[in-house]
Amino acid sequence: MSQTTSLRNLFFCAVMALFTHVVYAQKTASDSIAEYRAMLQDGNPSELFEAKGEDLWKQKRGPKNASLEQCDLGKGQGVVKGAWVELPRFFADTAKVQDLESRLVTCMQTLQGFDAQTLAKTPYGKGEQVNITALATWIASESKGMPFNVPQAQMEERKMYEVGKRLFFMRAGSHDFSCATCHGQDDKRIRLQDLPNLTKATGAAQGFGAWPAYRVSNGQMWSEQLRLNDCYRQQRFPYPLFASDATIALGVYMGVNAKGGLATAPAIKR
Amino acid sequence: MADPMRIRAQAKDNNAIVRVLMNHEMESGQRKDGDGKIIPAWHIQDVSASLNGKVVMTAEWGPGVSKNPFLQFTIKGAKAGDKVAITWKDNHGDSRTDEATIS
Repeated sequence: MSQTTSLRNLFFCAVMALFTHVVYAQKTASDSIAEYRAMLQDGNPSELFEAKGEDLWKQKRGPKNASLEQCDLGKGQGVVKGAWVELPRFFADTAKVQDLESRLVTCMQTLQGFDAQTLAKTPYGKGEQVNITALATWIASESKGMPFNVPQAQMEERKMYEVGKRLFFMRAGSHDFSCATCHGQDDKRIRLQDLPNLTKATGAAQGFGAWPAYRVSNGQMWSEQLRLNDCYRQQRFPYPLFASDATIALGVYMGVNAKGGLATAPAIKR
Repeated sequence: MADPMRIRAQAKDNNAIVRVLMNHEMESGQRKDGDGKIIPAWHIQDVSASLNGKVVMTAEWGPGVSKNPFLQFTIKGAKAGDKVAITWKDNHGDSRTDEATIS
């Protein structure tokens, strides 16, 4: 091959490279959103809530003036790392399947002497609920990047999965909606937001595994319970109670579906 | 008493990149509550940054800055081990200072 041809080839390659580059430069809306999130990720205010949650975990509080350091989140007393990717799970002491927030309420009652009923009735973003969200944010952050492995060994856990699955596909309300209407297929979107398919591992890890998350638009830290509560509001269902069996069953369903997917919480949302 | 800030400071070449997350409501004074009454303005007014006790940057902030603001800037000539302190003061007269060591 003469030098000129090889040079010409080189030039042609360069032109092609330039061309493909231009083609790739055409961004989709979701690319732009991903870029926007990446920009925000560096200064994710959820870190402020993480710091607060870590403090609260170690602080002596409540009528019994005790810290939460003896709390068993499923991996033994005081073990926080990796606990969140294995929740919700069955707890023998309460004989119930519990998610992170309901387990925290149990610990706050048994260790610190708070009244669980009062805690559950407190509206989101008020009083002790703010502390529960901060605690959940810190505990979730300790499992960041770990693969989901929500257990199904106990009969109760398998039952909750089945209940969650039925709730997920149950159509009702004035709009005849179910969770699956928006989150049961790939590549669906609402306005410009991509909707994760919560029936598959990737989507479930992306969706379920991102909350607690900080919402830039209203400057609030949202817990998993509040996220589910708002999903039900959007479906025009009655609001589920805090840490109700229904929300926990949905948590088991999504968490088990997410098996192997990586946890990204606390994430940042629009 | 306000909640603490998160400060990260990293030395790079001859400079240090400082990233600060502040914990503040930053109420603009333009919003109304459920009863239609204006929620009074409550936001950070002055921010200052110092390196080993010497002021290297000051800023005047207004109601247009977001809740829980994020601030990033570069300090020329700062080295690892130097101390960066950030102070904010809000229009209620409340203030908060936090310090971090450049890594």
